[in-house]
Amino acid sequence: MEKSNTPLLEMRNIKKDFFGNQVLTDINLTLNEGEVLGLVGENGAGKSTLMKILFGMGVIRDTGGFEGEILLNGDPVRFNTPFDALAAGIGMVHQEFSLIPGFTATENILLNREPKKTNVISQIFGERLNTLDKPEMKNRSETAIEKMGVQIDSGMVINQMPVGHKQFTEIARELSKDHLKLLILDEPTAVLTEKEADALLESIRAMSSRGIAVIFITHRLHEILAVCNKIMVMRDGYIVKEVKPEETSIPEITRCMVGRNVDENAVSATEKVDDNKDVIMSIRKLWVDMPGEIVRNVNLDVLEGEILGIGGLAGQGKLGIPNGIMGLYEAGGTVTLKGKDVPLNSPRQCLDSNISFVSEDRRGVGLLLDETLEWNIAFPAMQIQDKFLKRYLGGLIKWRDEKAIHAVTQKYVDELMIKCTSTKQKAKELSGGNQQKVCLAKAFAMEPTFLFVSEPTRGIDVGAKALVLEALKRLNREKGVTIVMISSELEELRATCDRIAIVSGGKVAGILPASSASEEFGMLMVSQVR
Amino acid sequence: MKEKTIAVEKDNKLKKLVKNFGLPRLIITGFLLLLFILAPIVGADFFAQLTNTINRFSWNAIMVLAMVPMIQSGCGLNFGLPLGVIAGLLGGTISIELGFTGGMSFLMAILIATFFALILGWGYGWLLNKIKGGEMMIATYVGFSSVSFMCMAWLLLPYHKPNMVWGLSGKGLRTTISLEGFYDKVLANFLKIKIGSLEIPTGTLLLFAVLALLMWAFFHTKVGTAMTAVGSNPAFARAAGININRMRSLSVIISTWLAAVGILVYEQGFGFIQLYTAPFYLALPAVSAILIGGASVNKASITNVIIGTFLFQGMVTMTPTVMNSMIHMDMSEVIRIIVSNGMILYALTRKTEATR
Amino acid sequence: MNTQLKNGFGPKIIKLLRNNTVPLMFIIICAVCIPVSGFSGSYLLNEMVTRIARNSFLILSLLIPIMAGMGLNFGMTLGAMAGEIALILTADWQIWGIPGVVLAMIVSIPISALLGLLCGTLLNKAKGREMITSYIISFFMNGIYQLVVLYMMGPIIPIKHTAIKLPRGYGIRNTVSLLNMRQCIDNLLAINIGGVRIPVLTLLIIAALCLFIVWFRKTKLGQDMRAVGQDLEVARDAGINVDRTRIISIVMSTVLAGFGMILYLQNMGNIATYSSHSQIGMFCIAALLVGGASVEKASIGNVFLGVTLFHLMFILAPTVGAKITGDSMIGEYFRVFISYGVITVALIMYEVKKRRQKSQMGQQLQQEQMEEESK
Repeated sequence: MEKSNTPLLEMRNIKKDFFGNQVLTDINLTLNEGEVLGLVGENGAGKSTLMKILFGMGVIRDTGGFEGEILLNGDPVRFNTPFDALAAGIGMVHQEFSLIPGFTATENILLNREPKKTNVISQIFGERLNTLDKPEMKNRSETAIEKMGVQIDSGMVINQMPVGHKQFTEIARELSKDHLKLLILDEPTAVLTEKEADALLESIRAMSSRGIAVIFITHRLHEILAVCNKIMVMRDGYIVKEVKPEETSIPEITRCMVGRNVDENAVSATEKVDDNKDVIMSIRKLWVDMPGEIVRNVNLDVLEGEILGIGGLAGQGKLGIPNGIMGLYEAGGTVTLKGKDVPLNSPRQCLDSNISFVSEDRRGVGLLLDETLEWNIAFPAMQIQDKFLKRYLGGLIKWRDEKAIHAVTQKYVDELMIKCTSTKQKAKELSGGNQQKVCLAKAFAMEPTFLFVSEPTRGIDVGAKALVLEALKRLNREKGVTIVMISSELEELRATCDRIAIVSGGKVAGILPASSASEEFGMLMVSQVR
Repeated sequence: MKEKTIAVEKDNKLKKLVKNFGLPRLIITGFLLLLFILAPIVGADFFAQLTNTINRFSWNAIMVLAMVPMIQSGCGLNFGLPLGVIAGLLGGTISIELGFTGGMSFLMAILIATFFALILGWGYGWLLNKIKGGEMMIATYVGFSSVSFMCMAWLLLPYHKPNMVWGLSGKGLRTTISLEGFYDKVLANFLKIKIGSLEIPTGTLLLFAVLALLMWAFFHTKVGTAMTAVGSNPAFARAAGININRMRSLSVIISTWLAAVGILVYEQGFGFIQLYTAPFYLALPAVSAILIGGASVNKASITNVIIGTFLFQGMVTMTPTVMNSMIHMDMSEVIRIIVSNGMILYALTRKTEATR
Repeated sequence: MNTQLKNGFGPKIIKLLRNNTVPLMFIIICAVCIPVSGFSGSYLLNEMVTRIARNSFLILSLLIPIMAGMGLNFGMTLGAMAGEIALILTADWQIWGIPGVVLAMIVSIPISALLGLLCGTLLNKAKGREMITSYIISFFMNGIYQLVVLYMMGPIIPIKHTAIKLPRGYGIRNTVSLLNMRQCIDNLLAINIGGVRIPVLTLLIIAALCLFIVWFRKTKLGQDMRAVGQDLEVARDAGINVDRTRIISIVMSTVLAGFGMILYLQNMGNIATYSSHSQIGMFCIAALLVGGASVEKASIGNVFLGVTLFHLMFILAPTVGAKITGDSMIGEYFRVFISYGVITVALIMYEVKKRRQKSQMGQQLQQEQMEEESK
């Protein structure tokens, strides 16, 4: 056999950019039959993009394709759709479940690949009228489940299953495909309990022993060490380290994940961590039920006049904190601002306390896409603080003051350099960066004493990024507004904030001054991942 | 060279206009223009036609106006218009039962109808808040159920006024009640202008103008702005501290009240109260009128109301005469059904309008 | 998971009752009304058998779109129109009896399929608001139907017989008599048991359709429809052609509704050209819902329970209404009100349930957190 000579999968010099933004550079990867490759890296390091390329996802083609080549068993391949990849023996389990809730495990495992029996009618009207071969279906799905080495009931309906079983059903679906050679698992353990995760690791080993190669993406580093033959660390679109598990340790991997040659000048020059400052907001025992960003028992003090960063990996709960406090998702616990209670689950009362929020969901929550910039910027200030209104009949009629609205919009358009044809342009016609500036302007127009900014630079270009961060710093410096900035990009936090709290597993794992070493932050990020 | 680019630009502009305005609307507008041109040619009295159109406009415009608040607040097209109509019918019949006559009967009808519209609108709004996202279908059936419920009520309620109840049994309201001596044409005859065969029901038009102006003003106030924002992006409005349910309820109540007033105005123009199954399909003409006027499932303006009602009623009045004299076939009813429902269908299936 | 285990016997009964509120209500109404009406048992039984035979096929045609997640197919009216057009044509061709019925069914297929295709395509453009759209489609097509039947039949589509044609020379009369094919299927093989006439052949046809539906659920296409109905995105990711599957379900429903309408009209013995179809959709949907079906779930059992209860109420209401209030119209209005009311309640329950499921998910998460916190 010559399989030892030609690797199962080879990716050579893979490069990819999204509209000039280089996200993958010179990625080389080889994988042999039965090998388990652990892929780790911060969010945005390029793991998902790499896997999307391998799996032939539409987004890659829509954004201009990629450079480099992929070889499968030594033959160059290029997949146009996920279906091509599936046909070539590559399976992928995504982070979100893709299961039909009312179907049994068997029906889901064999969805659209059911074994069929022909009959008279189907011979006349086409093969979609073939009847399903139920015993054969049961047979095949159980074989697939067996391959994983776990026990799940093939006849159980999905929406009655615990989360772990759903995940196994997903994996079994891939395993049930004939000639599956390579399985990509994208954070499969994120939703599992400890015990289920262990079972999953066990089943990875089982698959590997059957000659199936696995690419395993996770933030739980101990899992990587436990199960992989090879570990690759990605950062900023590069592979920064390729190592065998026995030759490394969790601290070393973390260091590789976050430690970069940071331009030291970029780190916040204002070293003004001052213990004498008053606490302006104190958060106690906060829990937030934000799907995918659950917060558990968070205690946090924000000092007056500082910029506090909140960082952490995606899905660990950092976004849940501002969304919960602002009343957008159900929350519990106590939050006080300057000693006064801020009622939870009530956006209005929270806004009345002069707290403002720039949401990470720009298009969904942040903007009135179909309305003018004027409306977008003036609306909250008008509704909450009765600004930009003319009063008639002793305040009985509150008439929109178009002039004042125009003035304030123009002011922020100039100040934040929002590119638009006029202040009456619709928000949906602006670019992402300018939309973000509108969101900031909306918050600024309320002249808050306390501002939450969530992912302010997500999906915007470099120029706009710098402008947005500068505007935040200026607001903090000149108006003394306390800012809590939540971001997935650690370097951005380090460049902007005074202190940075890292959230992991829904809890605050630690708070460090911005000048601390990246590795320290990295350790905190993965400390309680669940 | 330059001319060419300008021509291309014009072409693009035209395409954009067609895209924004929608092909069906252009066709309907073109159709109506054609009717107006053809009318004198086939020998129909142009001014009589115009009078007819204006009259029908004045009867129907307020019911079309009733569509605006709910569209703006994101509750969609108010297929539940019959609910408001019922409030109006109750107002009208009770006012007569109580013995009011002439202009006073109209005023009292509106007052009593307001009372019912507020209650029904409040309940209807509460219901629609429970089922966000499925408003239109449920609105349709709330309308139907309430109309069929009232069919029983008209028979059983203790009305006694001899000119309203069945002559033989002395109880149960008649299907059609004449308004002569009550509020028949009270608005239409107010400041009526008559020039040759052209008659303009000034009073009715004035009332519509006042209500439309109030609606326009409302959407320039703080609350009106909040309501529009709720319709435009509920998540945004919620994050800005707006009570979404309250805004939606308010819009439903306004819409219901306008429907109640609308039917009373219609009756005063028409001269009769029509009960029982008559209100069943009242919502569809109003819905399609505002859509023809350029509104979408989630955006509407006063201009849409005026243009739409005029086009729709123009079509309804002109088609029979012109068609009859041209091809001696009265296809107007069929054309009305196809056009009005086709317009609603178009609005419902348009991708851009279905994003919400 | 554990909430399900916690559910004891009591909650289960409450759940069962809650899931079957509508049929239970109807059983109670009918149980009260039967003695009041004073109808004899054999009269009621006769009427019920006739009505089950007349309506079941039509109601069964609603099942397939529900399976495909497209809700109550208000567009079944389209099939009814196709059936009427086919019957008008066969009546004009003077083909009577069973051959007439069979021919009408064959003629109706292309018309139904075309209308179904149109309806399905439009509904694919209005995902998430299929019901209101199919409802408006039925109105729109009613206009087209009138255009065809009232103006095009005669000059464009040849109609020979003056018994059918309006005196003015084109268009179809308000009623078209089907006297020569009246109950031809019902009477064939009909038997009499204790004074109750049973139209065996019709019932056999209905049974065949039921068997077809049961079989169809087991086919690949049926499985795909169920998958599409439950989660469109997942089905698409799995490679199922979602749009096509949805269109097929509507086409099937329309064709079946066409057959159903022909069976219905051969029982009635005449066509009310401009009104037969207009209410049929509403009554069928109401009957199905009375049988305990919901917008997303309906079974053959629901059809038969529904058709029985709904039509029992239909027979009883006028008489009982007249006896109680002394006015026969009350009962007429009452049954219309019930039809609309039942649909309204079903729609509301469907939407509220959709929302309740969402909030339940939140509650469960919250509970887990609380437990976590207390640890």
